[in-house]
Amino acid sequence: MKPLALSPFALVTSLGAGEEATLAALRAGRSGLAPCQFDTLPLAAWTGEAQGCDDAPLTGAWASFDCRNNRLAALALAQDGFLNIVEDAKTRYGAARIGLFLGTSTSGILQTETAYRQRNLDGALPPGLDYGRTHNTYALGQFVRAYLGLHGPAFVISTACAATSKVFASATRMIEAGLCDAAIVGGADTLCATTLFGFHALGVMAEGPCRPFDAARSGISIGEAAGFTLLERPGQRHDDETIMLLGTGESADAYHMSSPHPDGAGACRAMELALKDAGLRSKNIGYINLHGTATLAGDAAEDRAISTLFGNEVPCNSSKGFTGHTLGASGVVGAAICSLAIRNKFLPGSPHTTRPDPTFTSNYLTTGRAAQLSIAMSNAFGFGGVNCSLILGRPS
Amino acid sequence: MIDLFIEGIGLHGPGLESWEASAPVLRGEAPYQDAPPSLPASPLLPAAERRRAPKIVRLALAAGTEAFCISGRSPAETATIFTSSGGDGETIHDILSTLATPPRELSPTRFHNSVHNAAAGYWSIATGATAPSTSLCAHDDSFAAGLLEAAAQATATGQPVALIAYDVPYPVPLARVRPIGAVFGVAFVLSPIEGPASIARLSLALQPYAAPSQAPALLEPLRRATPAARSLPLLAALAHGVERSVTLGYLDDMSLLLHLSPP
Repeated sequence: MKPLALSPFALVTSLGAGEEATLAALRAGRSGLAPCQFDTLPLAAWTGEAQGCDDAPLTGAWASFDCRNNRLAALALAQDGFLNIVEDAKTRYGAARIGLFLGTSTSGILQTETAYRQRNLDGALPPGLDYGRTHNTYALGQFVRAYLGLHGPAFVISTACAATSKVFASATRMIEAGLCDAAIVGGADTLCATTLFGFHALGVMAEGPCRPFDAARSGISIGEAAGFTLLERPGQRHDDETIMLLGTGESADAYHMSSPHPDGAGACRAMELALKDAGLRSKNIGYINLHGTATLAGDAAEDRAISTLFGNEVPCNSSKGFTGHTLGASGVVGAAICSLAIRNKFLPGSPHTTRPDPTFTSNYLTTGRAAQLSIAMSNAFGFGGVNCSLILGRPS
Repeated sequence: MIDLFIEGIGLHGPGLESWEASAPVLRGEAPYQDAPPSLPASPLLPAAERRRAPKIVRLALAAGTEAFCISGRSPAETATIFTSSGGDGETIHDILSTLATPPRELSPTRFHNSVHNAAAGYWSIATGATAPSTSLCAHDDSFAAGLLEAAAQATATGQPVALIAYDVPYPVPLARVRPIGAVFGVAFVLSPIEGPASIARLSLALQPYAAPSQAPALLEPLRRATPAARSLPLLAALAHGVERSVTLGYLDDMSLLLHLSPP
């Protein structure tokens, strides 16, 4: 692909709101995970809960969109001057020439979970539930498109935990095909009982904090996040410091609905395709932000895929020990952390991982350190056997 | 304008059991009789997945399989775009009902079936497809959004893609807040390059809002009630096989202008 320029990311996770808070936590090795306060769970699970959702309802013109997922999206959009970045882009391109491609897995289903508990004796839902603007998968897109005053092509991708990686690939194709000149990409996923109880039912939820790639890992900790960036062709306003999207790679496993191929074949193919798309070789990658959710099978498969392509050369780790697995938002979180790492010459560590699995052969980094980094890869894999790898950085 | 070449069509809706059987109905040459479509499990799925596949997955697989049969292309090597106005309401209803009262024990199969890309996952397993696959949503305009993604993907990659759009009505009480008219699935195999399998040339442009085209009169209620059935004006134009323009609504301020012509 022809490289596309990325704006700084507008991000909220359990590490805090905005780049400064995120970077401070990454540098300090301070995890955002804590014992779950959000719901009463059948095991002592930890979650990465974002602060600022409960007391910040959407009001006025946006009241009908009010739900946890859209609230977190609005909170992220308010970070790091992103609303100004969007306004500037609207001036340059026109609102009808800016696409909006967002990802989520569960959107605002929490609204309907609550409504189901409030059904009357006839089983009818309480009045006031606005399914289309809260629960529906596109609710996030409908809200953000109206909130930002955009009039270009839009949709929401929902490919489980790879959703906010695949939006980068779709946006790139839309720009290449001439259907828009720039695009806002990213998305949001927030805590809800569906995923908390669903992952518990699958037996892949950890007691205590998740420990990616650790010999003693026992499953995921669920987190929540929202993140956005502007994608556009590089121009005069960009310089050597600008982070670019250099390549995307997508594949499907054709193996199982909720388990990865044991050899990580699909993951390997997504990474190979991203390298090919970027015109790069494995030795050009300076850091890999792994999917690394801390499940037994998922981490083992990804380690095999990484070792096959990169040997034990490239430092890599997962950010899930910081943020938890933010599910549909994990792709944009990984991309944002890669962007921060490159710009701040710093590789983050991996809190809660103390002893990487001795059977693994990848170069897993447990402690953060300073590093000159120009190109990084970010992985996201999801249910349905969907894989997506992104390559970000500064082309030489 | 983006040019695509339609190589295969699949259809599965009320009184519209397949594309082959429905083309005369869409031309007005055969009577339309509303009847729920049969949804047999796909013979391509392994036994375990065949048991677990919910109705919406069987629908998507039926439409996709017919389109690939007509095109003669291998689904194993073709990228796919799945689009639905909201995923599997029956699975969501079951999960929400279970979560509403203790002990809130979900079925693991129900949970993995609840993801919006469930149909894409089953399709990949059924056909051995390892090519990229995207699943998306734009509420009532999900068909138009999927077609736009298909057009962008075929153009940007130079490779064929399949578009599979499908909706299944939600059960009560969700049906009251999200009424969907009927079970409806439609699929197209699309190539950016003209070839021996080309059925029609589809030229597509994104335009400011214009009133959407209507379906043949007897099918117009279906188009209005079911998001995936917003494809009906396109299907009717294809059934006639002559040069014709069709407008699809897309979001509240745009439309897709489609121009169909013989290849």
